[in-house]
Amino acid sequence: MSLQHEPTSSQIKEQKLYREMGLSDSEFELVEKIIGRSPNWTETGLFSVMWSEHCSYKNSKPVLSKFPTKGERVLQGPGEGAGIVDIGDGQAVVFKIESHNHPSAIEPYQGAATGVGGIIRDVFSMGARPIAMLNSLRFGELESPRVKYLFEQVVAGIAGYGNCIGIPTVGGEVQFDSSYEGNPLVNAMCVGLIDHKDIKKGQAKGAGNSVMYVGAKTGRDGIHGATFASEELSEASEEKRPAVQVGDPFMEKLVMEACLELIHNCDALVGIQDMGAAGLTSSSAEMASKAGMGIEMNLDLIPQRETGMTAYEMMLSESQERMLLVVEKGREHEVEAIFAKWDLDCVTVGTVIEEKVLRLTHQGEIVADVPVDALAEDAPVYHKPSKEPAYYGEFQAQEDYIPEITSFKSTLLSLLKQPTIASKEWVYNQYDYMVRTNTVVAPGSDAAVVRIRGTKKALAMTTDCNSRYLYLDPEVGGMIAVAEAARNLVCSGAQPLAVTDCLNYGNPEKPEIFWQLEKSADGMSAACNKLATPVIGGNVSLYNETNGVAVYPTPVIGMVGLIEDTKHIVTQSFKEAGDIIYLIGESKLEFGGSELQKMKEGRIFGKAPHIDLEVEETRQRELLSAIQKGLIASAHDVAEGGLSVALAESVMDGKVGASVTLTDEPIGSLFGESQSRFLVTVKPEHQDEFQQLVKDAKIIGFVRSESGLAIDNEQGEELLSCTLQEMQDAWKGAIPCLLTSKA
Amino acid sequence: MKFAVIVFPGSNCDTDMYHAVKDELGAEVEYVWHDTTNLDQFDGILLPGGFSYGDYLRTGAIAQFSNVMTEVVKAAREGKPVLGVCNGFQILLETGLLPGAMRRNESLKFICQPEELVVENAATTFTSQYEKGEVISVPVAHGEGNYYCDEETLEELKANNQIVFTYKNNPNGSVENIAGITNKEGNVLGMMPHPERAVDELLGSKDGLKLFQSIVKSWRERYVAAT
Repeated sequence: MSLQHEPTSSQIKEQKLYREMGLSDSEFELVEKIIGRSPNWTETGLFSVMWSEHCSYKNSKPVLSKFPTKGERVLQGPGEGAGIVDIGDGQAVVFKIESHNHPSAIEPYQGAATGVGGIIRDVFSMGARPIAMLNSLRFGELESPRVKYLFEQVVAGIAGYGNCIGIPTVGGEVQFDSSYEGNPLVNAMCVGLIDHKDIKKGQAKGAGNSVMYVGAKTGRDGIHGATFASEELSEASEEKRPAVQVGDPFMEKLVMEACLELIHNCDALVGIQDMGAAGLTSSSAEMASKAGMGIEMNLDLIPQRETGMTAYEMMLSESQERMLLVVEKGREHEVEAIFAKWDLDCVTVGTVIEEKVLRLTHQGEIVADVPVDALAEDAPVYHKPSKEPAYYGEFQAQEDYIPEITSFKSTLLSLLKQPTIASKEWVYNQYDYMVRTNTVVAPGSDAAVVRIRGTKKALAMTTDCNSRYLYLDPEVGGMIAVAEAARNLVCSGAQPLAVTDCLNYGNPEKPEIFWQLEKSADGMSAACNKLATPVIGGNVSLYNETNGVAVYPTPVIGMVGLIEDTKHIVTQSFKEAGDIIYLIGESKLEFGGSELQKMKEGRIFGKAPHIDLEVEETRQRELLSAIQKGLIASAHDVAEGGLSVALAESVMDGKVGASVTLTDEPIGSLFGESQSRFLVTVKPEHQDEFQQLVKDAKIIGFVRSESGLAIDNEQGEELLSCTLQEMQDAWKGAIPCLLTSKA
Repeated sequence: MKFAVIVFPGSNCDTDMYHAVKDELGAEVEYVWHDTTNLDQFDGILLPGGFSYGDYLRTGAIAQFSNVMTEVVKAAREGKPVLGVCNGFQILLETGLLPGAMRRNESLKFICQPEELVVENAATTFTSQYEKGEVISVPVAHGEGNYYCDEETLEELKANNQIVFTYKNNPNGSVENIAGITNKEGNVLGMMPHPERAVDELLGSKDGLKLFQSIVKSWRERYVAAT
């Protein structure tokens, strides 16, 4: 319970106890060199969390430097709580995505809930009002009781936190694949709105200013969470359950309202940062380091939930719903008054100092005294060896896979039942996606759309990543992930603005995994450059492996776009009988990594579909311009399952149906996953203007008043005909049915 | 007519209610913090949805002890219109201004979706702008909206025409498909669906606006016309 039970400096060194905290021998030596002596227990703890991959990006930094991060509209790139992009009129959008994979793997409800809580704090700590949440989830096949449990509890955890705090969860994606069986991915994204004048940074400026602790008390939960997040999962991970934090959305609601009140109404605030991963350690060290200052803190003053906590425990705790503020000296009472209104702890715990060190005292003794830059900036950077995996060469050498189809109709209905394609209504109806009454396009369309009250503007937002393509070919797959996210935004009427990415990979110490990371970053960067969507922040989650098997490379793309006028908002549903159905882009026999290949063969192989970024950019630009001119009645990107699935989704609301005539070879046309394709409908009176504007568009049919979907070939022979009921039963029933079926 | 939107720690539909009244209805409205001890300046009281005090004990159970609730009870006794939506309804039940109780949804899951409601009683302070039997689309978003009351209370509710809204497709298991009820006097309405989320065509429905317009109309008839 007290300090004397902690190992001494010499014990830590001789018995190599630092290894248990995740520091390597060479890293420990580096720490000794930097501070000129052996660190004590608390100091060893500080370095171990700050130098974990989760906090330092020591393995991924060389890769992250590839991303374009600048753009005309970028007000804040990577490095702060969240990135910020200008949207005109003195307003800006703030957003970031973050993973909570490891905690969710062992404690799915709290793991997911605190993932949501953490990303919300990142956004309001910039001074922004959070206006929407999205997520991106990956699970194993929806078959085993364990996977069903993880899926249900993760969804419940996201709902429990988001609904209570009152930020609408407006969109996201869920995919299922056996590579995620033991290591689900739970990525949460938060989008906030801010006026330029309110932008705050996590900086501890001004010697003598006060360091204030606000929000929940510190307990022993989540100790070493950041370290745990930087290890592979195994059977032994169950023992790390105490490293998972417990969320309190009500507390966060109060902290959020109090912080926003402070930011908007009190100019005594100098800097603010959330206590996320590595809690008090990262927030204090980073704020000081960014400002070129130091911080002195008295840990006796930290509000504590438990008795007898050591300095080590307080500094490494990841208790949720806490923020660290730097406030002008002498104006602390103004801050205290605001937090008192919200019944929250608000305590001055330290001071900003000139000397660039983090100096901690506890019970009258100095328990840590280390340079802040050493913690925040000087973690070693590793250039990991990279090696092309054997499977890649094999896949590239394979003949193109062409599936055999006996019935187009049953193939389509089976595709609609695949959990990755099937309706996610079961998921999103548990999320309050309407609270704050700005959600114009609810979950289920290509992108969610949230209006900006008091203006004509709206924001479109999406999360996307088809990791199957990335597994087959990380570079091409990386391009596709970015392109598809942009496609979704364009289809809703938005100009894509910028990207936040969440890079979920296996163990980077394996050269084949590092190769995936490198190659996909190349692909993503190329697409971000071409589509003018810089990366303004994100998160890296490595070591996503269970018992040595890695997840598919999954760089989830969170993208936000600007709709200049709510009149431009478009959805995927066909609107009115008589509208002309166009397919933009050509369909080829591309089935590598397709939903159909997975469904028929039980695995994926071959080449990922081809993508030409030049073509992609042109089509997106042309389509967006047609939308903005009011020529488009509906728009939908053609993705998993190909054109047949896109058509089915467009008539699924049952208001109208579609009659389509295919002139090309039907298998590739209906089910192939060629890229850069869009399905749009146009009113007859806009036909000419549309065709002039969008070069690669081809008429494939008409919207009809009778519901359902009929597809013929050029000779007038029926390829398939499905009633609305048949499609809805397959598509809507699939996930509830899988969840209730016995394994 | 001036409305108060009561804000408890954890209220999260307060801004929605505020904007529905201010921007769409065009009436005067103010946020009122939960420790307020005087509501005399307000003509109508709105208890918004959310998770007051986190709803960690039982929905609405803690909020009922707020200072402001004494004043809300007083306003109700004075005959002022009091509307509780979602968590607001739950608080009105806990306070005893309305009979019955809430259980968790039958599915045991939170439900958020548009819902069709039938206007069962169009002769109230809150529904005069609707037709009896009219079907309106108003969203629900709740985990505990499964309304329960005993047989005796139900008979009373029916006898006094206190059942104002019912669900066309009961989403949560409520007794008799009940979505909203008034007190015997008819000036206190509690409902689980969110009329403040249905005041703008851009967001999918405008059917909730008439509820607020009804309140203003009956207030005018009672106070303005009389003077």
